Amino acid sequence: MRRILEANIGLVYLFLYVPILAVVVFSFNSGEQISVWKGFTFSWYTKLFEDAALWRACRNSLIVAGVATVIATSIGTTTALAMERYRFRFRTALMRCLYLPIIIPDIVLAIALLIFYVQTAIPVGLISVIIAHCVFNIAYVTIVVRARLEGYDNTLEEAARDLGANEWQTFWRITFPLIAPGIIGGALLAFTLSIDDFVITFFTAGVGYTTLSVHIYSLLKFGITPKINAISTMLLANSIVFILLFLRFQGGTTTSQKQEA
Amino acid sequence: MRRNYHLLILLFPVVFWLICFFLLPLVSVFIYSFIERGTYGGVRWIFTLENYERLFDGLYLGILWRSVSTALVCTAACLLLGYPFAYYLARYKPKHRNILLLLVVVPFWTNFLIRTYAWILILRTEGILNNLLGVVFPNWGPLELLNTPLAVQIGLVYGYLPFMILPLYAALEQLDMSLLEAAQDLGASPRRAFWHVTVPLSLPGILAGSMLVFIPTVGAFLTPDLLGGGKVSYIGNVIERQFKTARDWPFGSALSFMLMGIVLVGTVLYFRALQQSESEAT
Repeated sequence: MRRILEANIGLVYLFLYVPILAVVVFSFNSGEQISVWKGFTFSWYTKLFEDAALWRACRNSLIVAGVATVIATSIGTTTALAMERYRFRFRTALMRCLYLPIIIPDIVLAIALLIFYVQTAIPVGLISVIIAHCVFNIAYVTIVVRARLEGYDNTLEEAARDLGANEWQTFWRITFPLIAPGIIGGALLAFTLSIDDFVITFFTAGVGYTTLSVHIYSLLKFGITPKINAISTMLLANSIVFILLFLRFQGGTTTSQKQEA
Repeated sequence: MRRNYHLLILLFPVVFWLICFFLLPLVSVFIYSFIERGTYGGVRWIFTLENYERLFDGLYLGILWRSVSTALVCTAACLLLGYPFAYYLARYKPKHRNILLLLVVVPFWTNFLIRTYAWILILRTEGILNNLLGVVFPNWGPLELLNTPLAVQIGLVYGYLPFMILPLYAALEQLDMSLLEAAQDLGASPRRAFWHVTVPLSLPGILAGSMLVFIPTVGAFLTPDLLGGGKVSYIGNVIERQFKTARDWPFGSALSFMLMGIVLVGTVLYFRALQQSESEAT
């Protein structure tokens, strides 16, 4: 029985990692074919730096993800605070509504926004993509920040108020520093989801407003070159950095919390 | 009064955003699904039920069935691979457990396009798998693996396996081991203890994981598009085509509403099953 379990573990890790490793290995392949090994080279990476279209797409992705993250993190945080601090009518209804954008298939959200933009004559450009990304990111940030607020100690705030701090001061001096790791964690998740999103961007971005994901998609559809392996490897490295940051803010704080308690 | 004022400020942005950029767009899809398409890709504001009648065409019912059955097979495959995995991981030495878990999370944070592309690299005619097979069995011709339903199925399992493992792990890690010992002390065989104690207690994880896999796979667009090569249609691709190439937005809206209906039925069934498993546990 144990043998079978161990074999399964190995199998799952192979399944998860062989494709990713294959991409990394073949990004150093000198051949013109994406999957036939010819020899070692760095040339695909140097070619990336000369690719103006790729950099434009990168810049658009960073603008979209940056702005969407700031908006979604602010709104998500206020929502989480309202949910955890107050009991109000429609609280459950709001919670369900909030998670709906995550539950419905992304293609449905994408076409719904597309129709809406056409009807309201909101031009499709980068702003329309930012608005769309916020719809799902607000929900994710709320989940992450709420998790941080659970088991949160109210007495510190009460103490601050007793000592004469007003509500504004109490929030910025006490509440915010305590929940900051949750907010940063939510922001990192939102940023990653925004950079990675393809389907919603594909439908809500106007012509000429290509993001990185849409750029990669068009490369995959209309002519795969080994350059795609190099782009993928760079993005992979980027994801790993983000996970480590996320874990640092999420995991690192639980130990400090324990120490405080 | 002051309290209400605070709450209003905190809630205003999210309510505004949800109403303007989520509920209103969904209402527009609903309205669009009942009007006629225009001649040049536009729409005509004439009420019709034709879009919904077309859904019951054999062609679209077949595509719908393919999408649902593919999603069900994907969910089952993820459960079969993921359950023993999460079970073993939950009992692993805590010191190394976090690293092993991190290795499951990495793909979750990695660009989905790239993870799908990786399978093109492996499965294509002159891809890695065929090259390896060519070395071992030189007499075989290359296998046509890419652009088949099998490729789509593999891509979907690959894409959504972490979504199954993580909730399963969360459920199995919290499992009280003393209950298993008690069952065995009372004479239950390990197999019996597993089916009568472990599985029922991890049911919330099984249900959550199945939901997280089924919902995105039933409406998947990218995986069938890239790995199926557009040769086999799934509902996600048909919707995309109505909006991008066929320019029949009203029909695409009706298809989207049907897809949403399937997902909502799935969600309701999930909450039913969850409540039932909770009431049985107490």
